[in-house]
Amino acid sequence: MNKFLKEALAYIDDRFKLSALLELAKEKKVPEHKHSIWYYFGGICLFLFVIQVITGILLLLYYSPSVDSAYESVQTLMSRVKFGWLIRSVHSWSANILIGAIFIHMFSAFFLRAYRKPREFTWISGFFLLLIFLAFGFSGYLLPWNELSFFATRVGTDIAGTVPLIGHALKNFILGGPEISDITLPRFFWFHIAILPLFTVVILGVHIILVQVLGMSKPISLSDNKVREVPFFPNFILKDMLGWLLILVLIGVLCVFLPWEIGQKADPFAGTPLGIKPEWYFTFMFTTLKIVPSHILFIEGEVLAILGFMVGGLLWMLVPFLDKKASKEKKSPFYTWIGAFILLYIIVFTALTYLVPDI
Amino acid sequence: MNRRNFINIFLGSSLVGTIVSFLYPVVRYILPAKRIEASIKKVTAARLGELAPNSYKIFKFGTAPGILIHTQTGELRAFSAVCTHLTCNVLYESETETILCPCHNGRFDLSGNVISGPPPAPLESYNVEISGEEIIVSRKT
Repeated sequence: MNKFLKEALAYIDDRFKLSALLELAKEKKVPEHKHSIWYYFGGICLFLFVIQVITGILLLLYYSPSVDSAYESVQTLMSRVKFGWLIRSVHSWSANILIGAIFIHMFSAFFLRAYRKPREFTWISGFFLLLIFLAFGFSGYLLPWNELSFFATRVGTDIAGTVPLIGHALKNFILGGPEISDITLPRFFWFHIAILPLFTVVILGVHIILVQVLGMSKPISLSDNKVREVPFFPNFILKDMLGWLLILVLIGVLCVFLPWEIGQKADPFAGTPLGIKPEWYFTFMFTTLKIVPSHILFIEGEVLAILGFMVGGLLWMLVPFLDKKASKEKKSPFYTWIGAFILLYIIVFTALTYLVPDI
Repeated sequence: MNRRNFINIFLGSSLVGTIVSFLYPVVRYILPAKRIEASIKKVTAARLGELAPNSYKIFKFGTAPGILIHTQTGELRAFSAVCTHLTCNVLYESETETILCPCHNGRFDLSGNVISGPPPAPLESYNVEISGEEIIVSRKT
């Protein structure tokens, strides 16, 4: 290393104490065992979030959040702006992969009981991050103002409208009125680029601090054994970066061979297009709403289904407090069965959406 | 109450009052304003001869869509095009002569009644009358 560089680094280090941070990263240890692969999904989520931020900022340069010009601005971006198609496709594909990675991260944490004492709030903050990223997906879906996104938003916000007591006010708040109008699009844009990122920074910050403070959880089955540990820097981070590289390659391939479509411009006074469905991560709920009867006893079927999802979500969030055995470092097979059932339900109903569209 | 308590309560409530007075305009700003729109009772949905038998048209009825159907037997029928399930726009399926909501496969007959699927209520039906060359649709009173 030449003298000038050394001096420059020493100058920076004197002022920012970066070497102390590096020492901390070297001291930090990560358990290594047969289930270690699941640890990497947290880092993958973070990496994909960074991609979302960068591509999102780039998209802001050309996107126009108004009913009259949103679709046209996306059209221009895709067809006339150099690499506009690439930036938008990376944003859309990585958003979808991010939600998938969050689901994998969440279910792996569930099955490995990573939520157990003292990590209850790591789990809860992660659950809120899932909700925030679903909201990111939902609000971002409308922004191109195409017919699929328009009707998906209509259905989605109507679902919010059926929530008991607060549903009507909630729908009104989200849409900026009783139905989708010229006010709705700027509002969704506001949620997507200002409010949700603000929540993300705070909750993601809490989540990451908790992971750093409490360290990574070891599975109960290995808690009695002495588990090998590796330094976070460089051993773990290098493997983490290999995962990021693979994800980046996957995104690149998807963008080149399957660039994100624009669809048809939304027309509130046109019939809903046949074969309409939401983004894949909402399809299990979508298909449930399709097959639920119009009335179950005296309650409307859709209201009951939505209430079921809400109660299920709440119990899922509170699982660290419900699974008493895990908090005492004992195995809890009952919760494994519950998790397996929920996972199977999500997979089957998602598959049904695509394989049996006329269900 | 001693002087210290009084001052604590006084300063505390002043602080709360100040925060509320700052937040109130922000909350009111975020909550959507009510839009005053004239309630439309009658519209021209189509011109006579515009629709072939066994076809349909979506028309604008105020701020919501309506559906006008020219049936196989030559009748004109009109309904709200907003599905009673989760507010997707319905369309007319000529092969089955039924009204379909493609979002969750809700199906209605030509009287607007639910035949199958999750919709909990029939479609709102409208009056149809012909005035000269125009097909007029109006709300039932």
